[in-house]
Amino acid sequence: MKANAVNLIEQEWILPGNRTCPGCALSLAYRHTLKALEGQCIVTVPASCATVLHGMYPITAVNVPCVNTPFASTGASATGLVAGLKALGKKGITVLAFAGDGGTHDIGIQSLSGAAERQMDFIYICYDNEGYMNTGNQRSGSTPLGAVSGTTPILGKQQYQKDITAIMEAHGIPYVATCSASYPLDLYEKVKKARTIEGTRFLHVHTPCPPGWLFPFSDTIKFGEMAVETGLVVLYEIENGIFRLTSHSESMALRGGNLQPVREYFISQGRFKTITEEQIDELQDWVNARWKHCLHRATNL
Amino acid sequence: MAIQRKANVHILDGNQAAAIAAMMSRVQVIAAYPITPQTPLTEQLSRYVEQGELQAEYVAVESEHSAMAVCTSASLVGARTFTATSSHGLAYMHEMLHWAAGARLPIVLACVNRAIGAPWNVLNDQQDSISQRDTGWIQIYCRNNQEIMDTIIQAYRIAEQVFVPVMVCYDGYILSHTEMPVDVPIQEEVDRYLPSYQPHTVLDPANPKNYNLVTLANPRVGVDGKLCHGYMELRYLLQEALQNSKEVIVKSGKEFNQLFGRDYANVFWEDRNEDAEITIVAMGSLAMEAIVAADMLREQGIKVGVLGLRVFRPFPKSEVVQALRKSKLIVVFDKNISYGSEGATCSEIKSALYGTYINAAIRNFIVGLGGRDIKARELVEATKKAIASLKETVVNPDYPEWICEI
Repeated sequence: MKANAVNLIEQEWILPGNRTCPGCALSLAYRHTLKALEGQCIVTVPASCATVLHGMYPITAVNVPCVNTPFASTGASATGLVAGLKALGKKGITVLAFAGDGGTHDIGIQSLSGAAERQMDFIYICYDNEGYMNTGNQRSGSTPLGAVSGTTPILGKQQYQKDITAIMEAHGIPYVATCSASYPLDLYEKVKKARTIEGTRFLHVHTPCPPGWLFPFSDTIKFGEMAVETGLVVLYEIENGIFRLTSHSESMALRGGNLQPVREYFISQGRFKTITEEQIDELQDWVNARWKHCLHRATNL
Repeated sequence: MAIQRKANVHILDGNQAAAIAAMMSRVQVIAAYPITPQTPLTEQLSRYVEQGELQAEYVAVESEHSAMAVCTSASLVGARTFTATSSHGLAYMHEMLHWAAGARLPIVLACVNRAIGAPWNVLNDQQDSISQRDTGWIQIYCRNNQEIMDTIIQAYRIAEQVFVPVMVCYDGYILSHTEMPVDVPIQEEVDRYLPSYQPHTVLDPANPKNYNLVTLANPRVGVDGKLCHGYMELRYLLQEALQNSKEVIVKSGKEFNQLFGRDYANVFWEDRNEDAEITIVAMGSLAMEAIVAADMLREQGIKVGVLGLRVFRPFPKSEVVQALRKSKLIVVFDKNISYGSEGATCSEIKSALYGTYINAAIRNFIVGLGGRDIKARELVEATKKAIASLKETVVNPDYPEWICEI
């Protein structure tokens, strides 16, 4: 049975009153992840907004076991949890690594790559708010072209985002998927599926960030949806090499494959205040080419 | 009193002794990255696991930072963990060493002491482990391969009682690649000595806990109204645990003697210190060389004794004071240098003697860096030079002398 807002498990593993900013997409993504795992997990979290969400000793907003681990070590920490559980013969517990884009694309890529190459048995979720938001928005390997940040203050970022999902796919792991916090049921279904698969499973979740991206707190869902409708974020999964479009990306493809222009997405966020028309055109070409590639690759259209 | 038991002597190098000790300690998760001169140790452990001799998860990590991260997380689900490294590997692990100690996880690490770059050098000195002095780990140094074997087994007994990780340090090549007779215990004896690991915290969905959360400097009230420690209180408790671990180290050494007939009820080794006017201080295999130097000096009528440091953290201040109470001259040989100051063990000795009635002259020599050969006769010459310098007005010079060609 496909998940919907009515049949979704009622139990909550994130308690009300956590310390994330208003309109935070991360808590939405995390909430549905923990629901999909029914709390039967051990989580490892590096330095990130998720650390803030988890609270301050001795009070935590999260009702699953968790170890906080240094920034670069998430993949290795997850490995340690898996190895320890295996050595002790403990079964039925999913190890979940939950890291931001800085902790995944940049400082954590070594330990993640090492763990994926060893095919360690855990789910790794990268929630991507496209910058070092916990330290007040500095440029990361996932900050988009043209975005102003604390360390690209005047010109905006001059490089494209790193395609972390493609990098993880290249590790030959059994399950790779992209998600958006604006499509929580798609995320839920993917985590549920990932839970049943053995080996390293990687999910990338687009999580719009109102204070970092400079849009109103009430527009988180809107910007997540716009990213999907413009093709800036494509929702897909690759299970044992088989590529499928999912959720709204799948319906868009089935309805003729037309994308909304990217322009509106950029000009309505404060972080793109210095983006040029040339950069927007460049990004539109890039989005079109990638979408074409996805349509060509999808096996479910 | 030593028990009567049959010796089971094998000819082993230091890395083999360490591997056997880890196996006999029934480690459950091993995570290591190869680095000279530790490599044969980690190869041997992976062989034990692949052959099925050791029931453990061997994780061939992609870095030393990850090796320690695997150990910390595996320890938090209740597994006994082991890793080994040297030099750059230990330096790369630095951040995680703090986390292992800060989270009070009883991990045991074998540090095969090697010089640190730049420039490249694979040979022995103790700059690597000394550089990790303030990470909150217990540090124990070995003089020979028997001590490597025995100390690793003891390290688990110590670590799992005081919840402080233990670094067992032994000199690269001088011990790691040099074969010598080692009495190998039998598994049943080790099992009797080492009960299974009882963690202070186990991460388990049945009883969810959130570990290493952001912790404020001040104590904070929990949801149950109970006042919980602040960051500073947690740091105090780690310091207190190290201070108190001395007793556990000595007790574990005594208990080891009762089962295995080798006495480790000491925080350092002494040789002819009872009537010595001059004490040579050294750590690791250098302490054995110092005994040879003391022999030579005694033949010349100079009353020399040796203090071979074993436990460097916690530093056994009061015991050192007691051992040095009769010394008029203390000659400290360091295989490390705290740049801009002096050898690390010399600083410890000076600090221990401050405020006591002992007013001995202290001379510090930096020796053996990057595997530079140290001959007993060089220790003799240095000691004589130290004796001659007693005529100078400065009792304890600010800076050490170096035994090298400058």
